[in-house]
Amino acid sequence: MMTVPVQHALFLAIILFALGVTGVLVRRNLLFILMSIEIMLNAAGLAFITAAARWGQADGQVMFLFVLTLAAAEVSVGLAVIIRIRHRLTTLDADAANLMHG
Amino acid sequence: MILLLVPALPLLASAILVLSEGRMSQRNIALVGVGAVVLSAVIATLIAITFLNQQEQSVALTLWQWVHIGNFAPTVSLYLDPLSLVMMLIVTIIGSLILLYAAEFMEGDEGYNRFFAYMDLFVAAMLVLVLAGDLLALFVGWEGVGLCSYLLIGFWYQDAANGLAARKAFIVTRIGDVGFMLALFLLFTQLHTLQIQTLLVQAPNSWAVGSLAATLTAALLLTGAIGKSAQVPLQTWLPDAMAGPTPVSALIHAATMVTAGVYLIARTHTLFLLAPAVLAAVGVIGTITLLVSAFAALNQSDIKRILAYSTVSQIGYMFLALGVGAWSAAIFHLMVHAFFKALLFLAAGAITMRLHHEQNIFRMGGLATRLPLAFWSFLIGSASLAALPLITAGFYSKDAILAAAWAPGGAARLLWLGGIVTAFVTALYIFRAVFVVFFGTAKTEVSGRYGWRVALPLTALSVLALVGGLVETPPVLGGAKIFSRLLAPVFGAAPPPAPVTLILFTSAISLLGLGLAYALYWRIGPRFAAWAARPAIAACRNFFYGGWAFDELYHALVVAPFLALVRVNRHDVIDRFYTGIAWTCRWLHRRLGALQTGQVRWYASWLAAGSVVTIAVAVLR
Amino acid sequence: MNTTFYIAAFIALVATLLTITRTNGVHALLYLIVSLLAVAVVFYTLGAGFAAALEVIVYAGAIMVLFVFVVMMLNLGEKAEGREAQWIVPQIWIGPSILSAILALQLLLTLAHHTAWPLAQNVVPPQQVGIVLFGPYLLCVELASMLLLAALVGAYRIAHGERGIAS
Repeated sequence: MMTVPVQHALFLAIILFALGVTGVLVRRNLLFILMSIEIMLNAAGLAFITAAARWGQADGQVMFLFVLTLAAAEVSVGLAVIIRIRHRLTTLDADAANLMHG
Repeated sequence: MILLLVPALPLLASAILVLSEGRMSQRNIALVGVGAVVLSAVIATLIAITFLNQQEQSVALTLWQWVHIGNFAPTVSLYLDPLSLVMMLIVTIIGSLILLYAAEFMEGDEGYNRFFAYMDLFVAAMLVLVLAGDLLALFVGWEGVGLCSYLLIGFWYQDAANGLAARKAFIVTRIGDVGFMLALFLLFTQLHTLQIQTLLVQAPNSWAVGSLAATLTAALLLTGAIGKSAQVPLQTWLPDAMAGPTPVSALIHAATMVTAGVYLIARTHTLFLLAPAVLAAVGVIGTITLLVSAFAALNQSDIKRILAYSTVSQIGYMFLALGVGAWSAAIFHLMVHAFFKALLFLAAGAITMRLHHEQNIFRMGGLATRLPLAFWSFLIGSASLAALPLITAGFYSKDAILAAAWAPGGAARLLWLGGIVTAFVTALYIFRAVFVVFFGTAKTEVSGRYGWRVALPLTALSVLALVGGLVETPPVLGGAKIFSRLLAPVFGAAPPPAPVTLILFTSAISLLGLGLAYALYWRIGPRFAAWAARPAIAACRNFFYGGWAFDELYHALVVAPFLALVRVNRHDVIDRFYTGIAWTCRWLHRRLGALQTGQVRWYASWLAAGSVVTIAVAVLR
Repeated sequence: MNTTFYIAAFIALVATLLTITRTNGVHALLYLIVSLLAVAVVFYTLGAGFAAALEVIVYAGAIMVLFVFVVMMLNLGEKAEGREAQWIVPQIWIGPSILSAILALQLLLTLAHHTAWPLAQNVVPPQQVGIVLFGPYLLCVELASMLLLAALVGAYRIAHGERGIAS
């Protein structure tokens, strides 16, 4: 059946997460930042699934479901915010949305 | 327990007047304000009668314990012995007469209520002072008196000069108060109690005569007494204290406040006996004071300032008496002085209130026939102050002091000499005022008339100023010893009486002063005035007029350097530190604020960096 | 099955890398979908069939459709693409990349510390997930539904515009 080492699955999760972080930090376009956040969330979900497989328990998958829910909520609000920023600032540049600077 | 009522009643009245501000008619205010003190005078008299008919020589009444910290457990207690009995009677009786007078004098003043609230508080504080059985409680009364004098001197605060005079009185007496406080600390650390009677018993056992602790304590107590009693070098506040209403001056000068210093020394005389050097200093200070202020009084033109300097001078007599160990003579003079000085002030007030508050004696004149009541009162008061022989109370008390100063012989004769010179100058300056004010041509219109509330105190005090001295007379004149026998339990035996020749000499001196005043200010008045107006004489007189330039001296020595120091330190050095803290905070705030770029990616970078560090620290280690 | 995992993992990594480097939003989105599908395969190989199905339906399906809608609404043109190309220059991406590389390295090290773990070979059937989900986690499900409701209302309100919002 399945003989994938747990560590390999977790390596995949970590690298995906790091790529997500890179995306958030590098990209200036808000849309890409949101996508990168999705990548990070997905990586976290992968880690949960791996844990579930490791222990043979359903809890990990349940957690993945909650991550999914969270992602859905986050994306819907985030996209709404993006639309508003686009209206207000006529750009998607994250650096331009710095009205709350100190 | 009834003793408690004596200070409590004026205090209560004061509280009522404060709380009912503006809701009572003047009639009711006077009723409460005067009534309370009169009632307390009545109770004091009843207590005195009971006290004199019993065998015990003192009554102690512990009210409550104030605090208890370690071995520091001061009690609030009242203590009645002949000394405090005499003081209590003086304060309440003279106080009630002055208040009665004030009820009419202050009529129509918008601060009527406030005035009586302060006055009652003043009397209450003074009663606490004289009845306190504990130095800490005495200190409360002491400070209360200081506070009330400040409030009352600056009573007409709308005039900035009055506020200045009040502040001056407060600050100058504060110098003395600091000394008094230090004396309290010293006494407590050395003898572990502030209970006066315990102290007086313990001190001779613990301290040798002339030991450093005893000398220091006595010197510090003396500082307090000097400040309160306006002696050289802290006498400058009293002439300025004339800014207050006349009844206030009468109260300060006669019954309360300035006598507190004399009372303090008399009360703690055992400590002063342990420090002969300080005791001698008391006498010297008294003598210097009475000379200085008598000459200053000779050159004043304001009737109230004449009386103010004469008070300083008369308190000087009391200090002189204390300095030579004639304790009962000092208290005797204190009492008699209270009579005639209250009388003089009230008479002066009676004059000014009929002359549209004119206080310059050279704008009065010819008042003898037009204000007979004021004239006779003032005349009796002056006679008593000048110690005219036989008929006045002042003669007997001053004679007792001069006799006590004469008796020890040696260097003390110098003090006697100062006293006798002053006796002459005293007669001169007060009769100068009498001749200028009451004789000659009228210069100011007289208006209004007196009510019974003015007439009664003046009459009563006139009688007291005349016969009040008969309780203690020299052997050649009957030898009554009522007063010294009364105070004997406190002070021991009275000093030997004066020889007859001395009495005759003293009498002659005061009559001579009267005669000279008559000659200079009445017979050859204009010619003398012309002579006195010569530049050299006038400069001299100006010097005396300004109170021997003490104010200028202090201004140059204390006020000006202090102001210079303040100017140098305008930007407070200590403040720099706190400004520095504020500045650092602001600087850090700006730096931290700069981190808030508002850029999401920047924040995310910090989050990532923080995660890296956290993992490095927490997991990898 | 092992081979499937490694192939899918490789696809996922490549697709993700491409996602974060594209200048065109739609391209990036397509690569992201590929990445998500690949991860769904990974899920399946790990014995989580139910999660794999949800990944395809919810993530690659619903959420990505949302993205596509928004990209279409925003109507990013050629100009935006050129600007994106200007933004992705080495001096911008080198620092953050190093930072996240360090982060990844740290996480990998935490795993490397442990000796090799047993292999993952447990299949967790959907019914077991359902039993747990509506058993001990019922309260969390309710909370999640609340969160979704709040997100729905919030997204509607925010995207609706500034009418009535005091700004």
